[in-house]
Amino acid sequence: MMGAEFVQLSLTPMLIGILASIACALPGNFLLLRRQALIGDAISHVVLPGIVVAFLVTGTVTAWPMMIGAAAAAIVAVLLIEAIRRLGRIESGAAMGVVFTTLFAAGVLLLEQSDTSSVHLDVEHALYGNLESLIWFDATGWSSLFDAEALAGLPPQLARMAIVAVGLALFVLVLWKELAISTFDGVFAHSIGIRTRAVGFALVVATAIAAVAAFDAVGSIIVIAMFICPPAAARLMTDSLARQVWWSVGFATVSAILGYVLAGYGPGWFGLPHSVSAAGMIATVSGIILAVACLAAPRRHRSGQAAETV
Amino acid sequence: MTTAIAASPELIVDAGRIVEPSVAAESPLAIRGLTVSYGRKPAVFSVDADMPATSMTAIIGPNGAGKSTLLKGALGIIPTVSGEVSVFGRPFAKTRRRVAYVPQRASVDWDFPARVIDVVIMGLYAEIGLLRFAGWGHRKKALACLERVGMADFADRQIGQLSGGQQQRVFLARALAQDADLYLLDEPFAGVDAATEKAIVDVLKTLKHDKKTVVCVHHDLSTVAAYFDRVLFLNVRKIAEGPTDTVFTEANLQATYGGRLAATHIEDLQLGVG
Repeated sequence: MMGAEFVQLSLTPMLIGILASIACALPGNFLLLRRQALIGDAISHVVLPGIVVAFLVTGTVTAWPMMIGAAAAAIVAVLLIEAIRRLGRIESGAAMGVVFTTLFAAGVLLLEQSDTSSVHLDVEHALYGNLESLIWFDATGWSSLFDAEALAGLPPQLARMAIVAVGLALFVLVLWKELAISTFDGVFAHSIGIRTRAVGFALVVATAIAAVAAFDAVGSIIVIAMFICPPAAARLMTDSLARQVWWSVGFATVSAILGYVLAGYGPGWFGLPHSVSAAGMIATVSGIILAVACLAAPRRHRSGQAAETV
Repeated sequence: MTTAIAASPELIVDAGRIVEPSVAAESPLAIRGLTVSYGRKPAVFSVDADMPATSMTAIIGPNGAGKSTLLKGALGIIPTVSGEVSVFGRPFAKTRRRVAYVPQRASVDWDFPARVIDVVIMGLYAEIGLLRFAGWGHRKKALACLERVGMADFADRQIGQLSGGQQQRVFLARALAQDADLYLLDEPFAGVDAATEKAIVDVLKTLKHDKKTVVCVHHDLSTVAAYFDRVLFLNVRKIAEGPTDTVFTEANLQATYGGRLAATHIEDLQLGVG
């Protein structure tokens, strides 16, 4: 399993899965604590109409128009959510629900009506990506890691996802104090000069970047799961924000590796002939980790509410 | 000259306003004509206030009188319709580091993953600076602030495990860490136990002794005279402001609270002579 075949077929999808999971889990920690976890969900859904429109405009499915279309759709969605919340005086969770289902449905309709049969663009792809197809054709074994020619043949999603994951890590590191203080106590943060609105907006933009990049590589199921499951499980492991973020990165990584392996080899262990969707399995594993954390994690009993009565 | 005034209604309004000459230019907090509105109805209407240095002022008034809103509006935390605020003679944005603001305890989620010491270190934000993390020196400073509110033993405790009074003391310790000259506290005594109330009062009196200025939104009329040397009556508009001795009177209480204040309570309030 760990030989040349692994390097060629499994190494890159697995790495891309790990990077995508981490990139989504990092901002997910703060979204969760701000009770904005749904925003990641919303953004990853509205990416679909953005991509379809980008295809209709440019006529190609190359990466950059897709990414720009998706990013534009994400911005439109965030503005729409904010507009509905303010003008309609609707609670933000409901506003998000309305916007992302409507835009996703619009994307499905657009996709059906447009002639996309010639290209690889469909709802299925949008939902669970094509992780298994991101293989490294040019690899002949582990030695290919030192072979410039083979490295040039790496799927472009890997480099893109790596850049985005590093970018997200830097974002969290650079704005750590601002994110932490404005998430815990926005009014106080404002009083000491932190531009809380700008920080909140930067978090949404970072989330959108992670969602769009990850969507391109692994589809929206992983994106939605990774924004919520690893951070939620991590919160149950510790009472320190820094440790929570580390735990979430660990859970994201474990979900990606375990999910990929189970999807590829798991069905065989049960005598089933076909492998299952890696994206679906990765998301499922992250959900199982959360379920186990709910049952067994050390910080699942919190006393915040009980202490209120004193 | 006369034509200029006639052409400008604002100037006429200003001409009618009594500007207190006693306010020093360096007044810790001077508010002029502050109006804040949620929707159509103003929550705070055209309030003037002046907090002299080394004073302890209670802002009192019934529920919904705009007490918290006045503080938040003064600090620009919520948008204001009109008004000018100067802190130590300059706009608040330029004197931020001399001000410590303590929000209502109930305004935050105490389930947030942080220890007591982490919250106090937040008060050192300006000192730590951009792109840096708190070091050992900051931790020591934060511990000293926890010591002052009697919470040093709780430094590594998860904040969700604290009682309401302990949480309030942690908030006060965070304000102390800011090492400010003006302290604005929103209901610091709300829902706290007697030991906490005493600890907070002691700290505030020490601050006053150290020539700091303290302003509290306060709800317990029975302690106004004992804790504060100045009082500001607020019910959307300012009703009265001045030394507790002369301004904390039955007439002002009636004007502020109207029929909502039971006469039986008034006898227990150590009212001023005014």
